[in-house]
Amino acid sequence: MAFKPKIVGFLCNWCSYAGADLAGVSRIQYPPNIRIIRLMCSGRVEPFFVFEALKQGIDGIIIMGCHPGECHYMSGNYEAEIKFNFIKKMLNFINLSDRITLKWVSASEGIRFAKVVTEFTEFIKTLGKSPIQKSKNNSDLIFSLTAMQQSMNNYRMRVLMGRKRKITEQKNVYGEKVSIDEFEELENKAIIDEYNRERISLILKKHPLSVKNLASSLDLDEKSVLDYIVWLRSKGIVDVDKIQGLTPYYISIQED
Amino acid sequence: MSEKIGSVMIVGGGIAGTQAALDLSESGYKVYIIESSGSIGGVMAQLDKTFPTNDCSMCILSPKLVQAGRHQNIEIITMAKITGLEGKAGNFKVDILKKSRFIDEEKCTGCGICAQECPIEAIDVFNEDLSISKAISVKFPQAVPLYYSINKEKCIGCGICQGVCKVKAINYTEEDHEINLNVGSILLAQGFDEFDPTVLKPYGYGKHPNVVTSIEFERILSASGPYSGMVLRPSDGTIPEKVAFLQCIGSRDCHHGKEYCSSVCCMYTAKEAVIAKEHQQQVNPTIFTMDIRAYGKDFDKYIERAQEEYGVRYIRSRIPSIEENPVDHDLILTYESEKGEIISETFNMVVLAVGINPPSTSKELSSNLGIELNEYGFCQTRPFSPTQTTKDGIFVCGAFSEPKDIPESVVQASAAASHVNALLSSVRNTEITKKEYPEEQDVSGEDPRVGVFICHCGINIGGVVNVPEVVEYTKTLPNVAYAESNLYTCSADTQISIKEKIIEHNLNRVVVASCTPRTHEPLFRETVKEAGLNQYLFQMTNIRDQCSWVHMHQPEEATEKAKDLVKMAIFRVQKNRPLQELDLEITPNVLVIGGGVSGLNAALNLAQQGHSIYLVEKDEKLGGFARNIHKTIEGYDVQNYLNKLIERVKKHNKITIFKNTNIKNLAGYLGNFKTTVINEANNETQELEHGVIIVATGAVENRKNEYNLEENSNIITQSELELMLQNKKDIKKKQRIVMIQCVGSRNEEHPYCSRICCSEAIKNALSIKALNSDCEVVVLYRDMRTYGFKESFYRKAREKGVIFLTYNKIDNVKVNDKNRNMIVTVKTRFGENFIIESDLVVLSTGLISPEGTERLSKMLKVPLNDDNFFLEAHVKLRPVDFATEGIFLCGTARAPATIEESISQGRAAAARAMTILAKDVIHSEGVTSSVDEELCTGCRICIRLCPYNAIERNELGVAVIREALCKGCGLCAASCPEKAIIVKHFEKDQILAELTAFGGEYIGV
Repeated sequence: MAFKPKIVGFLCNWCSYAGADLAGVSRIQYPPNIRIIRLMCSGRVEPFFVFEALKQGIDGIIIMGCHPGECHYMSGNYEAEIKFNFIKKMLNFINLSDRITLKWVSASEGIRFAKVVTEFTEFIKTLGKSPIQKSKNNSDLIFSLTAMQQSMNNYRMRVLMGRKRKITEQKNVYGEKVSIDEFEELENKAIIDEYNRERISLILKKHPLSVKNLASSLDLDEKSVLDYIVWLRSKGIVDVDKIQGLTPYYISIQED
Repeated sequence: MSEKIGSVMIVGGGIAGTQAALDLSESGYKVYIIESSGSIGGVMAQLDKTFPTNDCSMCILSPKLVQAGRHQNIEIITMAKITGLEGKAGNFKVDILKKSRFIDEEKCTGCGICAQECPIEAIDVFNEDLSISKAISVKFPQAVPLYYSINKEKCIGCGICQGVCKVKAINYTEEDHEINLNVGSILLAQGFDEFDPTVLKPYGYGKHPNVVTSIEFERILSASGPYSGMVLRPSDGTIPEKVAFLQCIGSRDCHHGKEYCSSVCCMYTAKEAVIAKEHQQQVNPTIFTMDIRAYGKDFDKYIERAQEEYGVRYIRSRIPSIEENPVDHDLILTYESEKGEIISETFNMVVLAVGINPPSTSKELSSNLGIELNEYGFCQTRPFSPTQTTKDGIFVCGAFSEPKDIPESVVQASAAASHVNALLSSVRNTEITKKEYPEEQDVSGEDPRVGVFICHCGINIGGVVNVPEVVEYTKTLPNVAYAESNLYTCSADTQISIKEKIIEHNLNRVVVASCTPRTHEPLFRETVKEAGLNQYLFQMTNIRDQCSWVHMHQPEEATEKAKDLVKMAIFRVQKNRPLQELDLEITPNVLVIGGGVSGLNAALNLAQQGHSIYLVEKDEKLGGFARNIHKTIEGYDVQNYLNKLIERVKKHNKITIFKNTNIKNLAGYLGNFKTTVINEANNETQELEHGVIIVATGAVENRKNEYNLEENSNIITQSELELMLQNKKDIKKKQRIVMIQCVGSRNEEHPYCSRICCSEAIKNALSIKALNSDCEVVVLYRDMRTYGFKESFYRKAREKGVIFLTYNKIDNVKVNDKNRNMIVTVKTRFGENFIIESDLVVLSTGLISPEGTERLSKMLKVPLNDDNFFLEAHVKLRPVDFATEGIFLCGTARAPATIEESISQGRAAAARAMTILAKDVIHSEGVTSSVDEELCTGCRICIRLCPYNAIERNELGVAVIREALCKGCGLCAASCPEKAIIVKHFEKDQILAELTAFGGEYIGV
């Protein structure tokens, strides 16, 4: 049977949802795979929703908002874009970033709406079924996505996302504008670090592991793993479970 | 028959009429909109984008249309006109003729099956004759109200539509009929007609297919237009590489068109050129113009971007005729270059920037109503009262009184509403209906019992989606207590049946699967409310616009999708919580900051309606900048007007005036502000409590020592010249006066146009000529921006012998004032050099925002634009509102404006404030955010992100949402690092429920 991708659209009420309505009124045909979730603003989309959708086996996710400068709430779509780019960077680690997209569609762009949906659906078809659905052996992917879902939902990442525009476009507390390059360098490092910390803390919930074990199963170098462990211990997230020979084993002490 | 009536008739349902209707209905009056066409929206609904922000026109307009269409105190009477009038201000009897649609408005659901089946292809009015619609049609897809009508001229009477109409709405014998209404006031907002360029034979419009009007081009650009937004030329459907735009078609043309300037064409042309380029990179636009009249807020920046970023070419020339190559239908334009060469250039398409004419019906209307028209056929208004007609109780707004753009029309709409407010405030709330609802059931603790209503929409849904199958499927889902299908779920009888089913099956949640919630959710929420359920325990899903209509050839897939969508709504509705719209009490007092013309007008209008006003003026005198102006360009006496106005304000017992006073501190929010003011003379402070704020802090003359202004007494500003003109002797001695325009405006420091200086210069030049016709007056200018009817004074000045020389850059104008007779040298735009001896040099220095503006903006937490003027909530549709609720803006604090414009803005701000003050309590939206104080760390991310200043920190350092200000966008909730904020009705578990219903199983972390 032909592959029928499952696609979810998160649409803002004012521009893109209205654009979708206009496609309907104008009877512009597009593939029937998309299910639309209406929000007031694209800025409402939390990374959590996107990772959850991927974990549930959704093949493609499309976020739509008003064109830049046209947001009904003035700046919500800019915030959506920031969050989207964070998500995308993280999904790059597991080659799933192609499965999400962000598009601007106005209320008068029924044709554009249909085109965007058609192209994205066709593109998802070329990618094939979501790897989550494709194999029953998907626990590694679910594990990675959960680490992402968790880390993008944590305090630090949400602060970085929430403050990015203010700091890079207006000014920080010193009255200075931080250059976008400088901010993104910090952002990229934070994305890697938070993801790895989350992976370590998740894996250590299951059973105790050594730095060496962790490095090989997470494909990291041992020095970095040790740094993460030090950090996680200082936060009271993991602790030493036992020492076997010369090697300490760590375990998560965080309650669910 | 002399009792006042608390209702208003608005003639014309364009943007101005719609805005006035919303303002007045929100202020406690019953409103009738009399619209000549089949639906409201006017010209704005035809536009693709709007300048200077390039906002999508439909995106910003349609929420207002929907709001007006659904408002219980607005009645829209379409295809109607006024035929007679009796009575007087406060109590008019109006006769209206309503033309037949041949379709019963009570029955038509707007489903559109009739139009689909109609075999006759007629012309589409909305797409300017460029595409085809049927003999039975609606004006445009988002029409409000959405009723079809039959074009009898096209209809052949085949009877098909009567056969296919499921609700039996077609009535071929319906006749035109008369309606009689009793109203307290009438507001005219008919807008304008476009100039018809067929009378200008040399342009060949109507003969050459690739010569189109600007409004036709607007439809070509529109994504919902005939070419779906591709820029194609009509003769052969190819992309025109070279497009010429000709300005002033039918405007500034005494011989063939109209003498006045149409005010909007320069900007809409720049916009069309930019959008054409954006849509189609291959297009190279060229604009032929005499002046670039970019006099509005942020307009000059737009022109600059058009030239620099989009490569739009401007050529200063008026093209007299167009020649066509009959073979390829290209068009040849001949013009004189700035260097004086005659050039013939070939273009693939030509757009005529047609001007604004008074509506063709204006004569008939003026005689039916007994109002006067001016010499151009527009509505005559009164001096210093630009929204009052010559007849008491009848007001005017928008382009019907003078050509103007959208924000000015919106300003005037509210200004006209302020007159109605003042006239009818004693009978406010007498004609409106307030709905009573049964007491709300408490369903907390009950297991969900969901009722599902699935619409066939005639055959719109049912023809594609297998509705019975969806109903059967729905019945298998958990917690569904009842499911049915309806022919039309939106019809009046279905509302009754839904209510019965709610009671019969003890339903505590309702889902409707039909069309779009953007238009129909309020209707169903209403129904649910009438059945005693909280309206938020309702969920709607769109299986028509986003399913059956877009998957017409895949009925199986569409049915599967409909099942999923219904399931998603059912899952979600179970997570929905009852929400209350909080009542917020209003302190009915008003703080007006600034005692200039706009502030005085706002204060007086609101005081007349019984509100206490605190009028705060930092100066020792009231009157503001207008104190420097003695007459308007039309010759009206400003000082006389101002003194009378100040007298009325001083005498009014509801107005407390604070002179020499500044704002020291400001706290609170909509409905309940607390402001401390300080008298700078004696340092006394006072605390004021008020519900709204009107910012009217004005602007000041930009006095900088340019051209030795401060040192040389023969170099003066325009306002000093005005003072000098009061003393006739001084002027009689002068032999030559040179005026230099744009000194300190449109430069690097102040890149904006000050709007008023060109008219000031013309006004003063004419005064000089009147006093001393031998005195030579030379005006050095960049663009002569005498927009609207002011153009006639420009022409008069030329007739009187005033010499106008145009320069490119201010550096090209030099003044040598070493000797008693000064030497002005100028290099003109055309490269000629002039040396002018002059005994007086007058600088048009423009307006800047006053000191203290930044401080005030920080206290009010409202933004400024790059030029240090206050920034309104939306430059097109909310010109006198701030994004923060309860704070309004008017006059030159917003941007440079004339006295009459400032008066309108002051009154407009008052009318906007009245939409709040007219209510004892206001209801906040149910969909707002709320903070869990236990979780909040006080990081302030939400405060910075909130577009509406709806979040504050309380004394504990914890974020608090001011529900009255919150619009429920959810930005704060999506960004709070501690997840301490939820946005009601769009909570995380609600969105995840919807997702999971489709995705399968919730996994989480």
